Amino acid sequence: MEAFGLLLHGFAVLLTWKTLVLMMVGLVLGIFVGVLPGLGGPNGVAILLPLTFTMDPTSAIVMLSCIYWGALFGGAITSILFNIPGEAWSVATTFDGYPMAQQGRAAEALTAAFTSSFIGSLVAVLLITFLAPMISSFALKFGPPEFFAVYLLTFCSFVGLGREAKHKTVISMSLGLLLAGVGMDTVSGQLRMTFGSSELLRGINFLVAVIGLFGISEILLTMEERLALRGHAASISLRVVLSVWKDLPKYWVTLLRSSFIGCWLGITPGGAIAASFMGYNLAKRFAKDPESFGKGRIEGVFAPETAAHASGTSALLPMLALGIPGSGTAAILLGGLMVWGLNPGPLLFVEHKDFVWGLIASMYLGNVVGLVLVLTTVPIFASILRVPFAAVAPMIVVSCAIGAYAIQNAMFDIWLMLGFGVVGYVFKKIGIPLAPFTLALVLGNRAEDAFRLSMIGSGGDLKVFWSNGLVGSIATLAIVLLFWPLIDALLGRLALTGRTKAASG
Amino acid sequence: MRISVKAVGAAAALLLSAPAFAGWEPTKPVEIVVAAGAGGASDQMARMMQAAIQKNNLMKQPMVVSLKGGASGAEALMYMKSSEGDPNKVLIAYSLIYMLPLSAKIPFNWRELTPVSVIALDQFVLWDNSAGPKTVKEFVDAAKAASAPFKMGGTGSKREDHVLTVFLEQKTGAKFSYLPYKSGGEAATQLVGNHTESNVNNPSENLEVWRAGQVRPLCVFDKERIAYTSKVTDTQSWADIPTCKEEGVDVQYLMLRAMFLPGKVTPEQQAFYVELFHKVTQTAEYKDYMEKQALKPIFLTGKDMVQFLEEDDATNRSLMTEAGFVAK
Repeated sequence: MEAFGLLLHGFAVLLTWKTLVLMMVGLVLGIFVGVLPGLGGPNGVAILLPLTFTMDPTSAIVMLSCIYWGALFGGAITSILFNIPGEAWSVATTFDGYPMAQQGRAAEALTAAFTSSFIGSLVAVLLITFLAPMISSFALKFGPPEFFAVYLLTFCSFVGLGREAKHKTVISMSLGLLLAGVGMDTVSGQLRMTFGSSELLRGINFLVAVIGLFGISEILLTMEERLALRGHAASISLRVVLSVWKDLPKYWVTLLRSSFIGCWLGITPGGAIAASFMGYNLAKRFAKDPESFGKGRIEGVFAPETAAHASGTSALLPMLALGIPGSGTAAILLGGLMVWGLNPGPLLFVEHKDFVWGLIASMYLGNVVGLVLVLTTVPIFASILRVPFAAVAPMIVVSCAIGAYAIQNAMFDIWLMLGFGVVGYVFKKIGIPLAPFTLALVLGNRAEDAFRLSMIGSGGDLKVFWSNGLVGSIATLAIVLLFWPLIDALLGRLALTGRTKAASG
Repeated sequence: MRISVKAVGAAAALLLSAPAFAGWEPTKPVEIVVAAGAGGASDQMARMMQAAIQKNNLMKQPMVVSLKGGASGAEALMYMKSSEGDPNKVLIAYSLIYMLPLSAKIPFNWRELTPVSVIALDQFVLWDNSAGPKTVKEFVDAAKAASAPFKMGGTGSKREDHVLTVFLEQKTGAKFSYLPYKSGGEAATQLVGNHTESNVNNPSENLEVWRAGQVRPLCVFDKERIAYTSKVTDTQSWADIPTCKEEGVDVQYLMLRAMFLPGKVTPEQQAFYVELFHKVTQTAEYKDYMEKQALKPIFLTGKDMVQFLEEDDATNRSLMTEAGFVAK
């Protein structure tokens, strides 16, 4: 029950007027960036991060995580009303959400989306509350080989489990790893790929790349496609909300399954995108009438939203306890923590109890407040999309440029951001996924350092990655995931031959 | 020659800087540039000075901390170099000003900046896990007897920690594998988790884990013991740590903590900061901080400072050369 006491302490830290106001501001900003096409969670948090530099760490992270919850809620609005996924993981929500809106059941779909987001996050937060203290003592077991094994697992799971073509994932990841090498190499103390430029000494900032790759490139695409932003009128009345909630218990299996998938993928770095698709696909697979999916079925909204939010939330656990971000947004929050002098890792839970439990308490409060807020303000936010694109686009570009500049107060970074915008546009055009690129850019350096430190420690012996149960099982899992498509096919064939034998026998 | 002219100017300015002296004063916020990441020793020191200046009203303009820790601190050096003539930026420097130009061929020379004052000297301590050997002798014997070399954690490559490791090897005959981590904090955590056998962190970097009873200080790399005698843990004070020389390992190293302005500022501007940081060293905040972090108090400016820097540079250069860390 120690966790419970600490959590109550967290609420005590949090329940000041200042924090509550920051929370509301964060949620409103978050819903705003979530509704704007091309922004969304990671970008919104990245752009608004410097705003929080002057605050104390607890207030800052509360505000940032509320921006995050807000963006998650906001992303569902555009997916359902306009068929524009505000977030990559909202894509699966459009499958049934948009048809529902077209049938005039927008309010029902939105309520379903918000409610399931709430449930998914809640399950994940409960998990964090009771597992976090255990994970932090476990985390001291992590030396260089263990860290490298985890990074390897992340990279391998992207290649093995990603939906995109494998070679494109590998290309994208390799480019990210290459750019991660720019700047000072900690292990040798030498400069790499700076070509004598003092601007490149710093290396390529991950946030600058993300703002360009996602924000700017989305604007370029939208310009090209002359996207008309026309929405369906949406208003939520209490009656609709209650009728959806009344039916909730019927879908408990779907909700539970999606929560489980989400938590699992959030903790083992797999990402929320995979979780939402997996949640949707499994719901479809286990349904009695799979063909009704995609035609406006409420379960098709419940399943992906619950999974996406469970994984988005539980991704914060490895970030806090181990310093390893489980999602893009978690990676940006990680950068934020370091700016405030909080080193995420084993000792964070010991040395900064107030901060950690304040954050966990803010997840509970942020979710409840967020749910109420979105249910009441949907019509207002939806009206943003009636503003002509020509007016919205320059605003987005300017906010991106400010965000990129503010990270290191460097003009060079704005050019870098624009460059990455073009790269992102080209990647989207030729179908190269951006997620592996950003993942490699943020983890590449640490993975390389961890690998080289392991090698120095072991005298160059690769067996160090199987030297104890912990590192061995992570490393083995990584290799299995890398070859998962092959293993899956093999298992499928074995099962098939088994069945034919049974049938003939 | 430019240096000595400047130094004379600074010394003269210091003599003249009585309260009645209507000299130069900053007209916009002063940026204190930190050549390390958030939470590191330089950052903590910068924030202490920021607080000391603000609480004691030592300056009309506010002071802001600006972290330029990219490329192991090279970012801050290049930033200062390119800010020639700007009197609103002041660097809090340490031994990287000698070492980075040698090891990574960063085009930087501290003589291009304007020296203000040396404000402290930082110690280095040999630490091991509290479950490990209890004395330097036992530690060295265990390191020699071990089948694989002992792992020594440190911050960065070809820098203070790495140099100390090389000299420890030379003096004791034991072999170490040096693991360069990104920060002293990380080196501390890794020692607690038993992933390394030892580190040579500054007192401030290991303070918390020492108080938690997770690591043990074996010896301090200085001629004399640390002067602070108040208890830090339940049983020990900083003064209870023997010097390495006492323990039979004659290795000494102290690291400067000094303030610099960019090049080409006026003598009046330089004088203002000399006076400002002199006042800082008189504050209670500074004194508390020195004791808490076990730093050695010192205040050098003008000609004394330049002489100190030249000698320190020569020492560091010869250590780096001897360790084989100078890039060709």
